[in-house]
Amino acid sequence: MNATSTMTLDPDPASAAKPVAPARTSAATGPRAEHPGIEAARMFLRNPAAIAGMVLLLIVLAVAIAGPWLYPADPFEIKAAPLTPPFSEEAWLGSDYLGRDVLTALIYGGRATLLVGAVAALLSVLIGITLGAFAGYYGGKVDAVLMKITEFFQVLPALLFAMVVVTLFSPTLVTVTLAIGVVSWTGTARLTRAEFLKYRGLEFVRAERAIGARDARIIWKVILPNALPPLVVSATLAIGAAILFEAGLSFLGLGDPNQMSWGLMIGSSRQYVLSCWWAVAFPGAAIFVTVLAVSLIGDGLNDALNPKLRER
Amino acid sequence: MGMLRYAASRLLQGLALVLAVVVLNFVLVHAAPGDPVETIAGASGGMSAELMAELRTQYGLDRPLPVQLGVYLGKVLRGDLGYSYFFNLPVTQMIAERVPATLLLVLSSVLLAFIVGTALGVLSSRRPNGLLSQFITVLSLVGFAAPVFWIGIMLVILLASVFPILPVAGMRSIDATGGGLADVLDVAHHLVLPTITLSLVYLAQYSRLARSSMLDVLGSDFIRTARAKGLAERVVLYKHALRNALLPVVTVLGLQFGNVLAGAILVETVFNWPGLGRLAFDSVLRRDYPTILGVLLFSSIVVVVMNQLTDLCYRLIDPRIKTA
Repeated sequence: MNATSTMTLDPDPASAAKPVAPARTSAATGPRAEHPGIEAARMFLRNPAAIAGMVLLLIVLAVAIAGPWLYPADPFEIKAAPLTPPFSEEAWLGSDYLGRDVLTALIYGGRATLLVGAVAALLSVLIGITLGAFAGYYGGKVDAVLMKITEFFQVLPALLFAMVVVTLFSPTLVTVTLAIGVVSWTGTARLTRAEFLKYRGLEFVRAERAIGARDARIIWKVILPNALPPLVVSATLAIGAAILFEAGLSFLGLGDPNQMSWGLMIGSSRQYVLSCWWAVAFPGAAIFVTVLAVSLIGDGLNDALNPKLRER
Repeated sequence: MGMLRYAASRLLQGLALVLAVVVLNFVLVHAAPGDPVETIAGASGGMSAELMAELRTQYGLDRPLPVQLGVYLGKVLRGDLGYSYFFNLPVTQMIAERVPATLLLVLSSVLLAFIVGTALGVLSSRRPNGLLSQFITVLSLVGFAAPVFWIGIMLVILLASVFPILPVAGMRSIDATGGGLADVLDVAHHLVLPTITLSLVYLAQYSRLARSSMLDVLGSDFIRTARAKGLAERVVLYKHALRNALLPVVTVLGLQFGNVLAGAILVETVFNWPGLGRLAFDSVLRRDYPTILGVLLFSSIVVVVMNQLTDLCYRLIDPRIKTA
């Protein structure tokens, strides 16, 4: 596995376009050379799909953050006659089987969904990067043990396991977030490990070691910045996956029952879909649009940061 | 290392993984606040302290933890996953009863997604920027972003109110007489919507994967050679390229089994499909620990077996992969 240690040329074509950490190398390419980050940003901004994703996500975020301030209400409060159809006076997007306003629930539900999605994704990325970095950097027994743990979490059916955890412990936002984070880090760990394996034998890393840098510095300050581009993409996609995961759990009735969320809206109106399609259609569309926006951004980042891999 | 020795070592690793799941199951239940007896007492609306103590003795909950773990392991080895607190049936039996329904749903969905996805991928690879390729791009975005249970419910709404031609719940009609061809057709009729729903997600993935894999293979030297020696394009595409391009698709299909199970839980809940997923959902709602843990354990075993099989098949099909 340790093929990189004898190589002077990077075998992966993708990294040719990647920033290489030390300032010395970029200085050597001449003063005209643009910082690769700026180049990537320009590529990203020239991608219409990515921009569309950004705009969509900003709208969703703005509604979720500012909505409750501009429109103070209780999403659980009964505000109209049950099953009021949408586009009516008292409920713009209709009301559910209890008479709760769908629009209010949509605005407030976004908070829980986005918060759990973002924090769970952050958690999974942190676990994944840490374990993957240690496994790839140290190799040998550390790698073997960490990869066994990773394999274990890979075979564990994630949704079922999260269902068990949330059932055994109380269904709060914290439990749900932890459960999602704990089951979804394996992909990031494998990716990080592969990147660290690739870099750890390269010259700039060996040079750091030669001048006596400690392992912690080499891992976090030297290799990680170089390994970031694919990890950023995977982190973005992790947010989308975590939002879907949260929605699935809430739909199954395993979300926090005191927190309105899009998944909870769908789950609680499931029995009544034939008499109020709007109570399910709108929150589902909200999840769809949000995850779509996140994955468009992820695709855009992928194209901008790893230009050679675009065909995938 | 020979294939047999490799297979044996994979088997051992698989067993170790399953053992780890069993231990994790046990640890989780004991780390959780409250114990099953309290749950039963709560569900039955109050219970005397003596009865609770008696139940604890009956379930062996008063013995030291390592002993309980040993007892649990021994039982699991014998295929005894305990009794459901609520259905009062052996968990193993309940799981065995539910497996065929889930198997039917999962296999039909994966097969549909695989066939259609591969076909779309192959057809689109002929024109990498054509209409079909763009369709696959859109499909893969939608397939990833739309929650599978939401797609299912929207299909229910559409088909129940607009085109009421397909049943939207259950696996058999209530008035099913049961037996012969009529029963098969009835189940098949009920299977249509859940299968379409579950397969959409994987269709999106497989078509994208098949397309990029075909494009990869079509750009390689041996394809150029095949074309240069004058083979018909059909032969090049289906006999030379497709065979090689299928490898990654089959691998993903095998390794993703855990994901498919997750999808099945949601889809079975939407369509009241009487499978394992529905059982998991029902037992979670009732805090029926032995059942939910049994389903988790069983599913983990299935995933481990699928992973190891995929790995073995992969090595059998593609001799370039060293058994390292």
